[in-house]
Amino acid sequence: MMKKILYSLLIFFCIGNSLAQQTPADKQTKDFSIEGATAHLGNGQIIENSLIMVSDGKIVFIGNSMIKIVRRGTIINAKGKHVYPGFIAANASLGLVEIDAVKASDDQEEIGSMNPHIRSLIAYNAESKIIESMRPNGVLMAQITPRGGTISGTSSVMQLDAWNWEDAAIKVDDAIHMNWPGSFTSGRWWLGEDPALKVNKNYIKNINKIKSYFLNAKNYLTSNSSKTHLPYQATKDLFNGIKKLFIHASGQREITDAITICKELGINNIVIVHGEGAEKVSDLLVKNNVPVVLDRPHRNPNNEDDAYDYTYTIAKTLIDKGVLVSLGMEGQMERMNTRNLPFYAGTFAAHGLDKEVALQLLTSNTAKILGIDDFVGTLEVGKDATLFISEGDALDMRTNILSKAFIQGREISLESHQTKLWKRYSNKYKTK
Amino acid sequence: MKKLFFILFFISYFVAKAQDYFPTDKGVKITKSSLYAFTNATIYVTSNKVIKKGTLLIKDGKVVSVGKSVKIPSGTQTVNLNGKTIYPSFIDIYSNFGITKPKRPAGRPRSRQYAANRKGYYWNDHIRPETNPINDFKFDTKNAKKLLNAGFGVINTHLHDGIIRGNGLLIALNPKSSNAYRVLDTKSAQHFSFSKSVKSRQAYPGSRMGAMALLRQVYNDADWYANGGMKNKDMALEAFNNNKNLLQIFETGNHLDALRADKVGDQFGVQYTIVGSGDEYERINDIKATNAKFIIPVNFQNAYDVSNPLLAQQISLRDMRKWNQEPSNLSVLAKNNITFALTTHGLKEVKLFHKNLQKAIKYGFSKEKALAALTTIPAQIIGNNSIGNLNTGSYANFIITSGDVFDSKTTIYENWVQGDKNIISDMNIRDITGNYMLNVNNTNYDLIITGKGAKQKGVLKKGDEKVKSTFSFADDWISINLNENGTYTRMIGKVINSSNVMEGAAFDSANNETRWSASKKVKKDVDKKKSNSKKKDEAIVVLPVTYPNLGFGNYTQPKAENYLIKNVTVWTSEDIGILENTDVLIKDGKIIKVGKNLSVRKAIEIDGTGKHLTAGIVDEHSHIAASAINEGGQNSSAEVTIEDVIDPNDINIYRNISGGTTSAQILHGSANPIGGRSAIIKLKWGENADNMIYDNSPKFIKFALGENVKQSRYQNGVRFPQTRMGVEQMFIDYFTRAKEYDAIKKSGQPYRKDTEMETLSEILNKERFISCHSYVQSEINMLMKVAEKFNFNINTFTHILEGYKVADKMVEHGVGGSTFSDWWAYKYEVNDAIPFNAAIMHNAGVTVAINSDDREMSRRLNQEAAKTVKYGGVSELEAWKMVTINPAKLLHIDDRVGSIKEGKDADVVLWSDHPMSIYAKVEKTFIEGKIYFDRNEDLKKRAAITSEKSRLINMMLNEKLNGGKIQAPKKRKDRNFVCETLEELKN
Repeated sequence: MMKKILYSLLIFFCIGNSLAQQTPADKQTKDFSIEGATAHLGNGQIIENSLIMVSDGKIVFIGNSMIKIVRRGTIINAKGKHVYPGFIAANASLGLVEIDAVKASDDQEEIGSMNPHIRSLIAYNAESKIIESMRPNGVLMAQITPRGGTISGTSSVMQLDAWNWEDAAIKVDDAIHMNWPGSFTSGRWWLGEDPALKVNKNYIKNINKIKSYFLNAKNYLTSNSSKTHLPYQATKDLFNGIKKLFIHASGQREITDAITICKELGINNIVIVHGEGAEKVSDLLVKNNVPVVLDRPHRNPNNEDDAYDYTYTIAKTLIDKGVLVSLGMEGQMERMNTRNLPFYAGTFAAHGLDKEVALQLLTSNTAKILGIDDFVGTLEVGKDATLFISEGDALDMRTNILSKAFIQGREISLESHQTKLWKRYSNKYKTK
Repeated sequence: MKKLFFILFFISYFVAKAQDYFPTDKGVKITKSSLYAFTNATIYVTSNKVIKKGTLLIKDGKVVSVGKSVKIPSGTQTVNLNGKTIYPSFIDIYSNFGITKPKRPAGRPRSRQYAANRKGYYWNDHIRPETNPINDFKFDTKNAKKLLNAGFGVINTHLHDGIIRGNGLLIALNPKSSNAYRVLDTKSAQHFSFSKSVKSRQAYPGSRMGAMALLRQVYNDADWYANGGMKNKDMALEAFNNNKNLLQIFETGNHLDALRADKVGDQFGVQYTIVGSGDEYERINDIKATNAKFIIPVNFQNAYDVSNPLLAQQISLRDMRKWNQEPSNLSVLAKNNITFALTTHGLKEVKLFHKNLQKAIKYGFSKEKALAALTTIPAQIIGNNSIGNLNTGSYANFIITSGDVFDSKTTIYENWVQGDKNIISDMNIRDITGNYMLNVNNTNYDLIITGKGAKQKGVLKKGDEKVKSTFSFADDWISINLNENGTYTRMIGKVINSSNVMEGAAFDSANNETRWSASKKVKKDVDKKKSNSKKKDEAIVVLPVTYPNLGFGNYTQPKAENYLIKNVTVWTSEDIGILENTDVLIKDGKIIKVGKNLSVRKAIEIDGTGKHLTAGIVDEHSHIAASAINEGGQNSSAEVTIEDVIDPNDINIYRNISGGTTSAQILHGSANPIGGRSAIIKLKWGENADNMIYDNSPKFIKFALGENVKQSRYQNGVRFPQTRMGVEQMFIDYFTRAKEYDAIKKSGQPYRKDTEMETLSEILNKERFISCHSYVQSEINMLMKVAEKFNFNINTFTHILEGYKVADKMVEHGVGGSTFSDWWAYKYEVNDAIPFNAAIMHNAGVTVAINSDDREMSRRLNQEAAKTVKYGGVSELEAWKMVTINPAKLLHIDDRVGSIKEGKDADVVLWSDHPMSIYAKVEKTFIEGKIYFDRNEDLKKRAAITSEKSRLINMMLNEKLNGGKIQAPKKRKDRNFVCETLEELKN
């Protein structure tokens, strides 16, 4: 009888646990070395048969394992395997919504159209079941971005193994995000209008609103006004270049307007997000040092006459022209799909990009664009030991199979709500 | 005095028009007879019978005689037309003249309405055959004038509201008469469309296919009613049956709808006369094959304003082409010997009619055919031989013109309807147009007079500078006020003895009187213009149509050739697995041989070294290539079929074959527990809808469970069921009823034919398979139990994201699972969806497929298959089967496709790499031995799009430069159909 109760309790806890988030890993206390793997540094280079040594959360050595050097701590034999820097998802919204269709779980969009003061990290749910499903695919960091409005709010960069948002943040308030108006607007087909997109008559008006908003903010900031204006105050670091302005814009005209107008306003540290049509203004982007965070290639081309592979080849086109490019996640089912980030880079590689260059779209390029390249983004001495070991090519779904992953040297769990269900039900049928 | 005149006029008018058996208390009874003769005219008796210098004699609104030598009785008013032309007045048999369309009640309803408003009529409010518009008909003098001005004499009108709209009225456009005379027929036709009535918000039908199913059911029910099967009174069905032998006119919005309407008609032995849309040229062979007569609008769009290249580049080739191609539509129809009448329907303004028709004539439409399409053909279609011609006994409906009525310079002077004269442009007004040299006060001016009849206008110029002046010409007097340097000169005068000189008196500011005169210059400029316009005519280029008629379309359909693919790695999707360095021979659309070192003489060799050949991917769950996806107007829509709404013009077909997908089940959406029937298609880019659908296609129907069907995200769901508990009972209810229905049917007793019940009976009889949208284990289990209760099996659970929880039960039931590789978290019921689902089900023995339900994912299902290798460790061989032979098995087409096996259809894909590698690209996609996608050909197509667009841009710039009307650029937005897309049908 007692035994039965104990069992039921045990089962209860198992089930209970299976629904909870994985316990975040403790701070690294023991050194370790990874030996024998092909190390993809994230800067375009590869070290075959590599040796990586990690201490106190940092990479303290990386080189060829043939070098005679004392291995630190536990040696992880990774012969035949691949080591990558942890992948970083730009323009993501993990932890802001748990289930798309359940309004109560949705925290991604505040009311109002000018919300620079709205900060994503506050709502970031470190215990999201979706977040833990990122890690088995190598996505270990993400720029968490609010959505909606003209100025959506302020993003922060998080690592994906933490007890709470405060612990998760690796760069607080890295950028303000703004949705640039489009020069076309939709016909409301549900009202019987032609569903085609019409020329947006308010395009200039909408731009002028943005202009005057930032001018007012600037005036407010320079006038030493004693009155509090939280939104304006939030824009302060835009004008001194500390904070970046991510402008979500597509189209040749829109991107050109966005860049020239922001420069006029004295906002110089800008990034274009989405960037459909950016290849047509690549000179302007290069000249002004404006990087582009592209959307997932796994989407349909925007125009009927576009090449079927437009979204697959745009990364190569931009990179060939000298633009700094990264990969973002905004769009349909963006949170659950963030774990497919490596395969998006793989798709770019399939369509002309060198594999190691494609990898940079998830690692060093993203780190540079987010301003975190001094401590993550590549496998380099002195940087965080945020990395993972994969059985094979991590950009290909067949071989993206992780055996270990580390964030700041902490070996993190690769289990999730999903793996627990997998095991539970696989066992159900085995025992039969 | 004037007043009195008017009163007198009206009295005489009513006397003339009152029915002669009516009593009168206005004075003595007068019977008026009118007799007119028009002599010296070119008379078109019919569109192809012309009399030169003929005479037309009319009496009491009818033609008495017409010919070269007509005896004119005494007492006849004779009009010498001096060589002018007489045509029969035109007929427009598709109009809403005089019948105001009711307005939709304002405001949005709180919830969707499922029941009908009316009692005693059909159960669906959009079926309104009882509508008799004569009760609401008000002769619209204003619009009548516009139509008369354009030469029309008779129109056929009806209330444009509803799917079945009631009968038509044939009306003579005679403003001077009364309904007693001008109503020619109160039951001229029965009208149909695919638009719902605005008088009701009843949700059903919400789609094209729903409207089609509803129409079919009306035909069945009308028969049943006629045979006394119904106990109740149904005034709608009664009216429908009464109108059965009338002309049946069906309005459609595009050529696909025209084909759909015809298909419905054919099923019931009804040949609709179809109101087309002007895009018939896109699929002219299919249009011709309908054998229908058509009523065609001449509504052409303006060129796009392409002066801003950034905006212009957003316009699709499809839309740009339309501007270039559509003026040739009439000519294409005529060349294909399709019988059609013309209509002003759809035109913003009637006055555009002639302008557009002239354009069509420039694009090769013959004037003879144009005249026939406006006179004899509409008369013949509407079944009235006393209109549209000037034979003896016909109505005296005719127009008098200055010449060829289809020439832009021609003036229509008068339009006589039922023997009543309507003056459009007074033919007695002198034509004074031309360029004159005007002299007044010793100053010379240029006077340029343009326009027609009473609307002739003059402009004064000095050199190139305009001089401030006003001009009027009335009652043969010319009056010009000139204001130069602040002083006025007023001139009044006349043309002298029909010479080219006009002169009269002029008064200066001080009221001093002098003389002025103007004499006509020799026309040099005019000739110049003529030669210019001729040049323009020669420049007309109509770009060729492609199949489908948009970017990446084919100029000619691909041909089946014999292909030998050499030395390739073959993924057979059969037990023999992967064969390296193997040759595959394709012949007559089939896979003939798979082996080593094959050699054939007459075959095109393709080197497959380093490449991989697989069977084409089969997508069990897709929503591409359809004009509608959901019929959510009822909780069961078993009567609808996606086969009715296949849209071959969807670019996603091309994009899917570029990713190796060759077959797909186009499923109804998940708006209701019992959805619609599927279409299983091959993605034959360029073929028409019927040719894409599988021959002897296995019969499928979509069912759905869970959040979508219980309207979980509706604010005010009112449709049963709202819970999973209700869903079960609904199924039991429907299957019970179907069982009863089937029993009666099999017993040989008379029964009311019900498409919905027929479909469900097919399921019970194991002739139709269910593919059921499902998520959580409870409902999956439930449906299997319901099926077992009725002694049939569920064929496939699609989505089936919790299939892994009941995989053992699925195996026991014998149902397959077609799932997403890794979707989850988009709604509450997918909270436990795991990417290991496919692996667990597969390991448990379920036939597993990976599907898309997404037009983007369906172009890279190879990658989704690869995910099952990652999640759960399925072998590559088995993973590949999940997108080829397994879905083929689930769709019961595995005897034809899904693997590379001798004898099967040659639906194969050549890949650059391991097909499940992220780095794999499709090089060629074959369907039945025809190459539908080829990477190299695709590059050529891209170049062709670019060059055709720049050509069109130049044409449009020219159009703008030459003063043609333009429209703002627009960007095409194709609608993304997913499971949950509702309401496609507009009111």
